[in-house]
Amino acid sequence: MVKEIFGPQEIEDGIEELAQSIIANFPDEDVVFVGLRTRGVTLAKRVAATLQKNRHTDYPVGTLDISLYRDDFGHRGREFPSLETSELPFEIDGKRVVLFDEVIYTGRTIRAALEGLIDYGRPARIELAVLVDRGLREIPIQPDYFVLRLDTTALEYVKVRFREDDDQEDSVVLESSKSELEA
Amino acid sequence: MSELKPRKDLLDIESLDLSEIEYVLSNAVPFKQLFQRSVKKVPTLRGKTVLNLFYEPSTRTSSSFEVAAHRLSADVTNFTVSSSSVVKGESLLDTIETLQAMRSDYIVIRHKAAGVPGIVAQHTKASVVNAGDGFHAHPTQALLDAMTVREVFPEHQGRRVVIVGDILHSRVARSTSTLFHKLGIEVAYFGPGTLVPAERHDFLRRLMSWEEVFDWKPDVIYLLRVQLERQEGAFFPSIAEYHKMYGLNSLRLDRLRQMGSWLMHPGPVNRGVEITDEAMRYERSLISTQVENGIAVRMAVLHWLKPENGVDS
Repeated sequence: MVKEIFGPQEIEDGIEELAQSIIANFPDEDVVFVGLRTRGVTLAKRVAATLQKNRHTDYPVGTLDISLYRDDFGHRGREFPSLETSELPFEIDGKRVVLFDEVIYTGRTIRAALEGLIDYGRPARIELAVLVDRGLREIPIQPDYFVLRLDTTALEYVKVRFREDDDQEDSVVLESSKSELEA
Repeated sequence: MSELKPRKDLLDIESLDLSEIEYVLSNAVPFKQLFQRSVKKVPTLRGKTVLNLFYEPSTRTSSSFEVAAHRLSADVTNFTVSSSSVVKGESLLDTIETLQAMRSDYIVIRHKAAGVPGIVAQHTKASVVNAGDGFHAHPTQALLDAMTVREVFPEHQGRRVVIVGDILHSRVARSTSTLFHKLGIEVAYFGPGTLVPAERHDFLRRLMSWEEVFDWKPDVIYLLRVQLERQEGAFFPSIAEYHKMYGLNSLRLDRLRQMGSWLMHPGPVNRGVEITDEAMRYERSLISTQVENGIAVRMAVLHWLKPENGVDS
């Protein structure tokens, strides 16, 4: 079963909302954006583009691949991760860093991202912005900014699609797996 | 990439398929990028053990593996022949049994006899990486060479590499030329008649003089080390003679410079034998790049191999 939660317009509004709340905080601090590959990078770039349009200010966007920091290396299903380069073309020491991912779920990805990020330096502050918080955390990590909060079960998937990455219209969909229907 | 089959050991280049080669070479790129950071380490192999088992002297390869393992946060034990019980007469299989009891996850092995890493691999659950066995193979050297050529030539297909020197005794020549051939890079050999094997000419061109080398217009000149320690058989009259005939001197260097060719060497170099001081300073030398890429490729190899004593087995 597939249910569309957000379409292109809602996503655009959501990104506008994220941008507003991010710049409303700590206006005096030097801020940089870091997106987690792949869709976190797209989200960060969209927020940066919105801010460029509204405020004529550039916010640098870096990318982080956290495959080497995952806590499930060697487990089945993740046997051959294709590694990507991380590109942080700026110093993060003393900066306010906003991390972006499209969905927060167990929190383990963000834990790995925090560990990866601090290997690049010591930011003054790290915050987390996501499009969807689907609950079911396994680690005490919460987003500072989110657009949508969904109550989900472990048998569901939340999929965020961006036109840049997925060759289709922007959307957030909730998919239920078969096993739940049979149950 | 999920279509890759789990592989326990890396023993040679011949048994690798193209998707595996591509996987290792493309993963090595982000590993190399880590070296630019102040923290060069990632936690991927935390709690795993790498055993460096070197039956032949090697500083460069063993330290390259050691650095690679450290940068993946693995623990490393160095087991060298002069300090091990091998000198006390322990057999290879008894040594393996001891190693098995130590529960290493990865064993990196160099041995003067071809095939020893393969035997060790059959008798242990650890992943075995061949770091050079006799005249047989040196697969991580080949992978780092391929990475180096691909950095300079992203369109590497059809590029030309001439390997110069002692082909016969060189596991580097064997593994590297096999890998280059698999990747569609053309390979030629040039060296003393006594040091170029006759049976390896199936896909390899043999060049007979420096003139033929220059006429072939190679993109890379790959000099091999003259293995002074293996010259018991009098394969060439003298070091001076070798240098005169096959060494990269100023005149030959000028020709390379005109062609824009790159220079590679697996190290360590013998200055005044296969290469001159001047050639060591050549602006298109990739020798240091090879060392750096060696660490990245070895990280990618350790990251790729799956020991049998892993979480799920």
